[in-house]
Amino acid sequence: MVQDTMAQTLHGIPINAYLMLSAVLFSIGVLGVLYRRNIIVIFMCIELMLNAVNLLLAAFGAYRGDSNGQIFVFFIMAVAAAEVAVGLAILVMIYRNTKNTDIDELSRLKW
Amino acid sequence: MKSLLLLSGLGISAMLAELFNLKKLLFPIVCLGLLATIGVSFYDWNTDIHLFNNMLRLDNYALLFTASMSFITLLWFIGANDYIELETSISDKYALVLFALVGAFIMVSYNNLSMLFIGIEILSISMYVLAGSKKNDLFGNEAALKYFLMGAFATGFLLFGVALIYGVTGSFDIQVIGEYCRMNAGNLPMLFNVAIILMMVGMAFKVSAAPFHFWAPDVYTGSPSMVTAFMATVVKTAAIVAFARLFYGAFSFAPSTWQNAISVMAVLTMFIGNVTAVFQQNVKRLLAYSSVAHAGYLLIALVALSHFSGGAIFYYTLSYGVASLLAFHILFTVSGNKNEGADINAFNGLAKRNPLMAFGITVAMLSLAGIPPLAGFFGKYYIFNAAIEAGRYKLVLLAVVASLISVYYYFKVIIAVYFKQSNESAIELTGMHKMLYLVCVILLFILAVIPEMIVGLMK
Repeated sequence: MVQDTMAQTLHGIPINAYLMLSAVLFSIGVLGVLYRRNIIVIFMCIELMLNAVNLLLAAFGAYRGDSNGQIFVFFIMAVAAAEVAVGLAILVMIYRNTKNTDIDELSRLKW
Repeated sequence: MKSLLLLSGLGISAMLAELFNLKKLLFPIVCLGLLATIGVSFYDWNTDIHLFNNMLRLDNYALLFTASMSFITLLWFIGANDYIELETSISDKYALVLFALVGAFIMVSYNNLSMLFIGIEILSISMYVLAGSKKNDLFGNEAALKYFLMGAFATGFLLFGVALIYGVTGSFDIQVIGEYCRMNAGNLPMLFNVAIILMMVGMAFKVSAAPFHFWAPDVYTGSPSMVTAFMATVVKTAAIVAFARLFYGAFSFAPSTWQNAISVMAVLTMFIGNVTAVFQQNVKRLLAYSSVAHAGYLLIALVALSHFSGGAIFYYTLSYGVASLLAFHILFTVSGNKNEGADINAFNGLAKRNPLMAFGITVAMLSLAGIPPLAGFFGKYYIFNAAIEAGRYKLVLLAVVASLISVYYYFKVIIAVYFKQSNESAIELTGMHKMLYLVCVILLFILAVIPEMIVGLMK
């Protein structure tokens, strides 16, 4: 019974709400990448961007009654995991050399 | 399908070679495998196979680019021996480059946005690792991190665009999206236009088009020189072809605003790339900016999308790839495997120290500058021709001005090679390298003799 009302409430949420939510999440991610200086926080912000996309794809998939969007989410999750694994390895490599995770330390290559 | 299996199998067997202690055999096996891939591409010619439920489409366009990228990778392997064997983990480098090539293959043959995403990621993840493959070099570390952050950031934009397009059209298939675009050409919803912009930003990052090019010079300078050579040739080709496939297949009926946006990007890219390159003293950085500028010329072909520009893009990427690879190989030998590349002064008196290398770098620079009897000239000619047929006269005029600027810095290197003196000792080359330089130089001349035939392959 509780589940039924839950499902009804979820169906009652218009697609625009999902769109707005993921747009806001995505913007937070973009701003985080641009303004934060700690590499780990930047990684988290990139994850936030990708998860905003996941939310949007899942919402559109449910809205259209089409499973393609939700399958794409699995692709994104798997690839993002692989990507972050490489990213963290690069971070560890840098930390070993500089003892630091601040991105401003890494500006030896001039523009 | 066969080429995809072949390349993936090669990559996996390269990783297994470490286990079975077959490292000595790896080089001939990989060379044969790449030759086989080229052969298989021509075997599949004119078949237009659709794979995996229409997710990949091996049309002639895809096959031709697969063959050309495999060929460039083959040339890369022949020259990159020193880089590959200098430190440990030889087989990893082989495997990563081959997997990057698999990603490039998917990027030139995708027919579904999910495959575009997978292809870009397979290519990029391998390249992030290769960019940082000199673990103790701070420049390499910084390059790897910048490449990773910018790559992941750009992917985020691309994916948000993909999600919006899925929301509007209900499909990831390029043809379905193109059909939707054609049916609703007059009144596309706002979300669709936002999606086009986001995907354009994402792809512009990947091809290093201004104003999203700022990562490229740093990454190209910091990465090991041979990895830079691969990035500037194969990766750039794959990215520009993916860009073209996306806009030719899916958005060709979208409003012309995006074409104008891309032409503005093309002009900015050419001028920023060429003008900044003029002030560079480091040849590696100079080549990095020149590669940014060449992305600008390629974007012109994208603006002038027609049946004609496919051949122009193919010819241009092939001639640019060979010339650029030759320049990077010679730079690598001159700088002695130093990550930060070499100052222009390091090329002083190269004509006396090693005439073959001097001749090679001269031909490469002349071809990159687009001086007539060489392949680079015809590459530019076909791209400008495609733009003129599309009525983009101003764009062509600006492109000609930009390439005139580029002549200055290409000649700076040639002048150092022939007219400056140096006390450095002569450079000895292995037989393999001599052969490689000769093959590249001869190719640049041969390509210039048969341009019509190569462009005609696309029709």
